[in-house]
Amino acid sequence: MKIHEYQAKEVLARFGVPVLANGVAHTADEAVEIAKNLGTPVVVVKAQIHAGGRGKGGGVKVVKDISQVKEVARSILGMQLVTPQTGPEGKKVKKILVEAGCAIASEIYVAVLVDRQLGCPIIMGCAEGGMAIEEIAHESPEKIIKEKIHPATGLSPFQAKRLALKLGISQVRPAQKLFSSLVNCFLGTDASMLEINPLVITEQGELVALDAKISFEENSLFRHKDLHEYRDLDEENEQEIEAKNFDLNYIKLDGSIGCLVNGAGLAMATMDAIKQQGGDPANFLDVGGGATEETVTAAFRIILGDPAVKGILVNIFGGIMKCDIIAKGVVGAAKNVGLKVPLVVRLEGTNVEAGRKHLEESGINLEFAGGIDEAASKIVKATS
Amino acid sequence: MSVLVNKDTKVLVQGLGSAGAFHAEQCMDYGTKIVAGVHPNKGGTKFRDSVPIFETVEDAVKNTGATASMIFVPPPFCADAIMEAAEAGCSIVVCITEGVPVLDMVRVRHYMRDFPDCRLVGPNCPGLITADECKMGIMPGYIHKKGSVGIVSRSGTLTYEAVWQVRDLGQTTCVGIGGDPINGTNFIDCLTLFNEDPETEAIIMIGEIGGTAEEEAAQFIKDNVKKPVASFIAGQTAPPGKRMGHAGAIISGGKGTAAEKEAALREAGIEVSESPGGMGVALKKAIKRHKG
Repeated sequence: MKIHEYQAKEVLARFGVPVLANGVAHTADEAVEIAKNLGTPVVVVKAQIHAGGRGKGGGVKVVKDISQVKEVARSILGMQLVTPQTGPEGKKVKKILVEAGCAIASEIYVAVLVDRQLGCPIIMGCAEGGMAIEEIAHESPEKIIKEKIHPATGLSPFQAKRLALKLGISQVRPAQKLFSSLVNCFLGTDASMLEINPLVITEQGELVALDAKISFEENSLFRHKDLHEYRDLDEENEQEIEAKNFDLNYIKLDGSIGCLVNGAGLAMATMDAIKQQGGDPANFLDVGGGATEETVTAAFRIILGDPAVKGILVNIFGGIMKCDIIAKGVVGAAKNVGLKVPLVVRLEGTNVEAGRKHLEESGINLEFAGGIDEAASKIVKATS
Repeated sequence: MSVLVNKDTKVLVQGLGSAGAFHAEQCMDYGTKIVAGVHPNKGGTKFRDSVPIFETVEDAVKNTGATASMIFVPPPFCADAIMEAAEAGCSIVVCITEGVPVLDMVRVRHYMRDFPDCRLVGPNCPGLITADECKMGIMPGYIHKKGSVGIVSRSGTLTYEAVWQVRDLGQTTCVGIGGDPINGTNFIDCLTLFNEDPETEAIIMIGEIGGTAEEEAAQFIKDNVKKPVASFIAGQTAPPGKRMGHAGAIISGGKGTAAEKEAALREAGIEVSESPGGMGVALKKAIKRHKG
């Protein structure tokens, strides 16, 4: 679960990570009010959307004269912000962060995440902050300093100190404390990613998290009820929200062929097969192992809720999931929602005969396919 | 021969809720020796009128001689269940449960260093099956047939797909290692077992986007595996930054793409199928090339 920068800073502050004074505004007037109370000559206005690269798209502005806050806030609020991570359509800005300015002496990159190869979390830093870390990792990986976070003991003080020294930070004690706080925040919230880019050292020699990005691990949210309020439905796709309500894994994509599949791997593979046949998938959808007639109906409704969908491919390899259940869902949904686009169904596995029979007898207009490639080829032909 | 489990493996089941009970029964019908169950507040009762249920794994192991455990315990309690099985002396622990917190798995992995003889498969996996002998998982048993192909996969249904495509050759053992970023048994563990197993003549490895396990496996195959290997990587069309169902299936920071993995596999001389429908054909190509 992604959260906004202002929320991330709220969480970080709770764990003792230094952040600048700030407030979140929904209107230009609110922004002015916050700016006045900050009491610094310079303030920064930052668009709050779930995507990086906001500065490049014009979503971050340094305001040196406080009388201009209103104008700047107005220009950012409501804009369709396009960044390298939003896609060409961009994202509408509904909230802005108004933050005290600071005089930056140097910038550092620091992040906490789970290293899959090592099988444990790590904290990593790079003395060149503010840059795209992917590029540095690619071009000069030796510049990235890593410390393993031990599953039983966490980040030991000596490790935090070593990291501070290797990053060339002269304020060793505060850095040590800050790194420990970051790790505590990561572990304490079951985060999947925590990134401070940049962590700045001010001209006064203070360390402060100037930007912050946190994602929480979905599987762990059940034990962090307090974090649920950070979910911002405005940032999520409408169909994805509905899918979640039915325990369906749905991700909207840009193509025109809707897919309904059981199993994440097979769902991805089905998308791949469609592409191989020259089509483009409209979505990823895994109905999971415990789907019922009701969830399959919901899945159909969600797929058809995307106006770009010109045809649907159902690919089921029944294991836990029984083919006849899927078939009943498909028939129910087709009748309920009034299916008008071509439908190709490929069923295999548990109760396949009963499933096929049910579909044949239903009278709905569909084509059967024997294998994945055949199914993909048929739906691509039917929609082109 | 086969790997990990066979017809004599004595299996206990942790978590006999609706899913656990349903699949325990399916496994029994397949021929798996299910000798015990473990479920809170059900100790002293019986499952299917014949299988004794215990309060702890320790009791179950002591009383029945079970050496393997299949876990269906819900995510909040799953890490504890895995550690309990390891501590009780199980040598194979198959965790089917989906949704175990990642940091729980980090701790489990660390804990299991004290039990080097215990092998964890999963979590978030379909389990494993030795065809016609022992099914410890949720896969449809009837599609499997004793034969010569070993299959290892990060995906459940995609494994069934592969099994179906090589039904003429049959399988030795199929292992679903699961779709989570931190898990127990990995590709290299399974490849090692298949490489050493005299009955396994060819191997299918099914990967997906996210992480670098496929690249590491490719290097291992190049250096060690003497048998023909075919592979498929799911997620060629997956957009970056999106978690594709499985917790581990995500391209992050431009890393973990299908293209990178396919390139590494091809470089190691592995037959890579571009389409999920072509895994069987790719394996036959690999076998032919191996003979030629």
